[in-house]
Amino acid sequence: MGSKREVDDRFKKFGTVSFTAISKINDFIDYLEDGKVAGTKCKECGLVFFPPRADCYQCLGSDMEWFEVAGAGKLLTYSKLQFAPVGFDQDVPYCIALLDYGHYKVFGRIAAEVPEEELQVGMEMTVAVNRLPNGQLNYVFQKI
Amino acid sequence: MSRVAIIGVGQSKFVRQYPGSIRELAFEGFKTAMQDAGIGVGDVGASVICSAPEYDKQRSPAGIFAEYLGLNPQPTFYVETLCSSSSTGLRLAYSLVKSGLHDVVAVLGFQKMSEISSAESQERMGRGADIQWESPFGTMMPAYYAMYARAHMQAYGTTPEDLALIRVKAATYGQLNELAVYRKPVTMENFTSADDRMAGPVAAPLRVGDCCANADGSSCLIVASEEKAKLFSKKPVWILGLGAATASVNLAGRDLLTGLSVAKQAAGQAYEMAGITARNVDVAEVHDCFTIAELMAYENLGFAEPGEGRDLIRGKETYKDGRIPVNVDGGLLSKGHPIGATGGSQIRTIVLQLRGEAGDIQVKDPEIGLVHNIGGVGLYGNVTILGR
Ligand SMILES: [Zn+2]
Repeated sequence: MGSKREVDDRFKKFGTVSFTAISKINDFIDYLEDGKVAGTKCKECGLVFFPPRADCYQCLGSDMEWFEVAGAGKLLTYSKLQFAPVGFDQDVPYCIALLDYGHYKVFGRIAAEVPEEELQVGMEMTVAVNRLPNGQLNYVFQKI
Repeated sequence: MSRVAIIGVGQSKFVRQYPGSIRELAFEGFKTAMQDAGIGVGDVGASVICSAPEYDKQRSPAGIFAEYLGLNPQPTFYVETLCSSSSTGLRLAYSLVKSGLHDVVAVLGFQKMSEISSAESQERMGRGADIQWESPFGTMMPAYYAMYARAHMQAYGTTPEDLALIRVKAATYGQLNELAVYRKPVTMENFTSADDRMAGPVAAPLRVGDCCANADGSSCLIVASEEKAKLFSKKPVWILGLGAATASVNLAGRDLLTGLSVAKQAAGQAYEMAGITARNVDVAEVHDCFTIAELMAYENLGFAEPGEGRDLIRGKETYKDGRIPVNVDGGLLSKGHPIGATGGSQIRTIVLQLRGEAGDIQVKDPEIGLVHNIGGVGLYGNVTILGR
């Protein structure tokens, strides 16, 4: 009578508040648990994606392999938020930012311990997995 | 080639909290546009309803409005491209008329943002960004535009004071606009005194004064074929050029961070279709949801070279008597920004300018006007060129 259907909703662990639970790239969460930030690369045509995607628009293939976002990226721009959307009030103030890795860019947050005064557009930063006080996972940018 | 005209324009007053339902709000914009066009509901062949749906409790408002506005049994449908919804509505109306499917089409934009709290509204607007990859970091519209402002300042030396000058201009004209939500003056002193509300932090480097006001409102455009325009209207305003483009939602997919690629592309298309260049534009309405957005628009539309937008505002060239008047109705900053109604209101302003009926804000004898209307943070871009 009624076997319980397994739902793979790992993606609900991403971010202070996640708005997505089910995605074909749920392995992203396993990489985070493992301390790695990962993107995908199309096995057919070699196109690289961050954020990771399950499907390639260039060759229409869906055969992907994972790669780790490693090394330094360049800080392109950032903003410090003094107000937050519902659900993020405990995090204020925080900085969102964009890092350039050449073949791809990474959107995320500056690590809470990095003072805003030390941020400079053009500086090199690395990305690291971060466990939030509510048990959720995200990634943050750190000074080298 | 037959032309397509706008023969009627209208809008409600933009207010903080509209004391009525969405169908009653829609009626205000529709009524003023129909009276302006001097036609009856039987003359309207179809309607296009435009808004950002996440604010509404009513599902599928197009059907509700068609009944309330007396537009049964004509067809109606709903379109959305966030804050540029009603410019997209105009693009669709143009094609419905140009194809010969309908002679007269009403484009009705509306938004009742006060149905939800400001924090909820920010959260919902934030969900116009990438909810899978960006929203979990706690993003908001001002923060995205602040990232563009930071990049622009870094690349070109634009300053927070340059942005404040744009707010001061908006308030200069908002005071003259009876339909604007914000009618108070703003001076540079508001930005330099630390305890002033305008100087308060939102998302650095943008401050409270750099952000537009949420509002409830509706707008309406009556679009007609050349034949019907000549029959109904003494002063039809012709649609000369239309441009529309899209870009990656996620900022990680963007290459340009000192301007909006969608605005450049949409402008290029619209100029080509109209057979004009930026130099031919006599008056413009641009999407100043934030001060930096207006500054980038100067550059993306070709009114200034990249990095030189600040010179236009420093020299007051975008004031009413300047080289290229921009947002002389107060813009989104002072007139207010009821998402789905905004594009229609911008187009209304330019139509009135071209008809010489803009009153206190009338620019001297304009022949060609331009509307730049952006959805999301440069996710959707629409540029419309109108002429007498
Ligand atoms: Zn591929």
